[in-house]
Amino acid sequence: MSEITYTADEMMTITAARQLRNRAVCFVGIGLPSAACNLARLTHAPDLVLIYESGTVGTRPDSLPLSIGDGELAETAVAVVPLPEVFSYYLQGGRVDVGFLGAAQIDRFGNLNSTVIGEYERPTVRLPGAGGAPEIATHAREVLIIMKQSPRSFVASLDFRTSGGYLEGHGARRAQGCPGAGPRTVITDIGILRPHPQTEELRLVALYPGKTLQEAKAATGWPLQVDDDIEILAPPEAADLRALRELHARTAVAHASPVRIPIPLNANARGR
Amino acid sequence: MEPMPLREAIARHVHDGQSVALEGFTHLIPFAAGHEIIRQRRRDLQLLRMTPDVIFDQMIGMGCVRQLTFSWGGNPGVGSLHRLRDAVEHQWPAPLALIEHTHGEMAVAYQAGASGLPCGLMRRGAQTDLAQASAAGVRHVPCPFSGIALTAVPAINPDVTILHAQQVDAAGNVLIRGIVGAAKEAAMAARCVIVTVEEQVERLEADINSIVLPAWIIAAVSIVPGGAYPSYAHGYYPRDNRFYQEWDVIARDRQGFESWMQRHVLEVPDHAGHLQLLGVSA
Repeated sequence: MSEITYTADEMMTITAARQLRNRAVCFVGIGLPSAACNLARLTHAPDLVLIYESGTVGTRPDSLPLSIGDGELAETAVAVVPLPEVFSYYLQGGRVDVGFLGAAQIDRFGNLNSTVIGEYERPTVRLPGAGGAPEIATHAREVLIIMKQSPRSFVASLDFRTSGGYLEGHGARRAQGCPGAGPRTVITDIGILRPHPQTEELRLVALYPGKTLQEAKAATGWPLQVDDDIEILAPPEAADLRALRELHARTAVAHASPVRIPIPLNANARGR
Repeated sequence: MEPMPLREAIARHVHDGQSVALEGFTHLIPFAAGHEIIRQRRRDLQLLRMTPDVIFDQMIGMGCVRQLTFSWGGNPGVGSLHRLRDAVEHQWPAPLALIEHTHGEMAVAYQAGASGLPCGLMRRGAQTDLAQASAAGVRHVPCPFSGIALTAVPAINPDVTILHAQQVDAAGNVLIRGIVGAAKEAAMAARCVIVTVEEQVERLEADINSIVLPAWIIAAVSIVPGGAYPSYAHGYYPRDNRFYQEWDVIARDRQGFESWMQRHVLEVPDHAGHLQLLGVSA
């Protein structure tokens, strides 16, 4: 049997998809989280409920949306609700099991930055900002984070805290009365990190095949703790890889298709 | 209410220095109205939108905007808004003041504004730097009944809210379908509502619980087919994802941006001319 080849991105997406159990209600961010959630739905978790912050509830897109509000998401949804309802009734109301986030920076307690690099008033890089991430990080029963691991993204100190994880650790989040449990799993392109039960500092608990502890430590901006029983994950299954590649292929076709706007012939007569 | 040309609607209702919300959550973004504001050279606007994207990038880069109230400013699925970044990072073409929120905050702020309340409430979230750093002025208060920690967000009441929608009927009632974002809340919170629509129909294709803005809350309706392009109008045309990807290149440097805007917005008379030049009208 020939060996399966795959990219680090594919391994990361498939690993993230495996974290999602069937029938969970998942609040999905765009990009890697969206790819992982839809892969899970197309493989082991057909009844995963996907909610995008654009208000599409229980959506089942055939290809990946470029934005969180593509028409495909609305057409395949069980319900499309106004945005204030998604945040008030679904998220703050406590109906979301898993929130799925990415960011530009993460610290050892799973706090996230998606606002600025540098000072807030005089940023070197102005990032898009919070969106719904702070509310997702607060209210989802648990949070999954997916991010590529590097010293620039896994930092000792955030430039700005956009979304709260375990705050300063050691039960600080619980003490503040946050409804959700916080970031239980961080999936990177090297392995998986989870919080220590007492300190709540993220520790490396699993490595991808072919990745080393040294690589993981070198890609982390703080002294990375490693779990005693570190697991070496299996390479992706051929079926998962096939499903992911087909999903990306359908997406590429969908995003490249030209748009034509049907303009009524009498438009000029009607006060445009 | 008779529909009026968009040029007239903007000239009559949008003035320098006003607070103007152009809502739309990736869907039904009022591009045609934004372009008309650019053509009419409005200045010092205080723009509001939860998810400012390409049309706000264009208005900021063309110098129409003094202040931006927002909760996520990017090119969805593509990356940064280069003109927004240039304004914040290098004050080009002018300094841009930011009033920055989260989505949850901005949603309750519009709801409060629409409800005649001074502020909106939500549960206090895990502690972040935004409340402190942002000029949005949110405060943390205890619930008077339970003592639970809450975040109070000042209401938003724009001078003008501009929306794009699918249909207006003969009496001037407007139907909005599909992903609606905070369109209804932004309209009900505003002192003046302008709507562009895809078409006028005898009778709206509206189910009983559809989102219909009654004619009497709307100051002006303009019929602008394709008025949301390159975003989309559900049931009429899809989002041009390719254009959003191309915008990343167009907006990257100042000169390329300015010459694109000159040719595609300033030198065309209206939105039909814009679509024709881009080769997207059938």
